[in-house]
Order: sequence, then C-alpha cells, then structure tokens
Amino acid sequence: MDMAEQPRIKLPGQARKGEIIEIKTLVSHAMENGLRRDQNGVTIPRKIINRFVCEFNGQLVFSCDLDTAVAANPYLQFFAKVEEDGTFRFSWTDDDGSTLTAEEKIIVTA
Amino acid sequence: MRLISRRDAIGLGVFVAVAGHTAALASPVEAESEIARFSAGATPQTRNITIDLPEIAENGNSVPLAIAIDSPMTERDHVSEVLVVAERNPRPVVAKFQFTPMAGRAQASTRIRLASSQSIIVLAKTNSGVLFVSQRPVKVTIGGCGG
Repeated sequence: MDMAEQPRIKLPGQARKGEIIEIKTLVSHAMENGLRRDQNGVTIPRKIINRFVCEFNGQLVFSCDLDTAVAANPYLQFFAKVEEDGTFRFSWTDDDGSTLTAEEKIIVTA
Repeated sequence: MRLISRRDAIGLGVFVAVAGHTAALASPVEAESEIARFSAGATPQTRNITIDLPEIAENGNSVPLAIAIDSPMTERDHVSEVLVVAERNPRPVVAKFQFTPMAGRAQASTRIRLASSQSIIVLAKTNSGVLFVSQRPVKVTIGGCGG
C-alpha cells in the first residue's frame, strides 16, 4: 500500500451533542482484483484493501469487509452519532497485512 | 434422501425468493452459499431497505451504491451487519458492513465494480437476529471486472 498518500476524510469539526454526522473517506489504492493481465498477458495478482474500521474514543462505530468488487480508490461514506468531544480513528488494512491509519478530532457542544 | 436442515432451507428460501429467477448465473452456487451462511439462524422479513444504484451504469469499473435500512439504531434494536452480493460478478460478495448504535444510521455508500448487468442483493441482520432482504437490478454497459 502506498503509505505516502494520506487518506482524505471529510467530517465536521464541530457538532451538537447527540447529532448524527456524516463521514466521507477516500483512500488511494488500485484494488487489484487478481483478474487483470498486464501487456505480457501475465495476471496481476490480487491486492486490495480488505478491511476498514472507524472508531470513536476507542469504541467501534462502523466497519467494513471489502472484497474485490469495491472500486479502485475506495470511497466509504457512513454516519456517526456523537455525544462528547473526541477523536475518530480510521484504519484501512491491505491484503499484505499493512495498515494505514488516520485521525480526526471533533468538538461536541451541548 | 438427506433432508436439508431448516437453517439451510431458510437460507435457500431467502435466496430463491429474492433472486426470483433461475436463469443461468455466473456464480450461482457461491452467491447462494454466501447468502445461506449470512442468513443462517435468522428469520427472513421484509422491511425498508433502500438500495440506491443507477438504472444504467455506463462504466462497470465504478458504480455508486448507497444502502439505507430503516432502524432505530438503539442498543436494544439496531442493524448489526449488512451483506452486499452481486450475483453475476466473478466473486459475488461485494462487501459486508458492520454497524453499531454509535453509527446512528444504518446507512453507508461506496463505489463498486460490476462485471455485467445483474441484480444487487442486500441482506441486513439486526442484533436480535431479524433478517431483511432486498434487491435491485442494474444494467451495465461496459463491464468492470477486468477479466
């Protein structure tokens, strides 16, 4: 996985207590499904992000097992209900076991 | 003659009821077994599952898919897992989403690859084992699985 490119995450910096916010994530990844061939006719091996996890203050919010039919540069949009200030932690796991993580803080007002 | 277990029957019944046709499928056995596995032990019901997919996908490499299931998403009653199956893809399981009450909504979207025109089948399970199913057809102009 290309660790140099940071994932893109969109979520509000602030929300009201109990509000359900929308989170959008985008990460660069070819998501090779193992069916494509290069110009020599050799099959390009499968290599995808197979797992995405979103936690808030250490608690699981949303997660996803991805298979080869998720398009390249995986886009995932979902929601989270926030009750307190804290940090969202996102992780993407590649078939090779490597993980890419990112964090975003949010302020929650009464 | 071996009788199939009630679990398997429910799983297969869900699949047949949802698929609604027996035309040759690219991966019928795989799709069927994945659905049976996900459905095992759960009682099929109808509920509000919204599947947003274009009617016609010009490019099978990247097709937007949004799923929403009506649910209070409380500790007592929430959608816990959602399975997305593309019946005619080389690998029918597209994704499995896990939701918790902290998600607030049983709603997610992504972009998927589709090999050909087919139906997308969505199954949702709640924490109490209730199962919802729905499906939606999509026409694909240029297939996107690269094979």
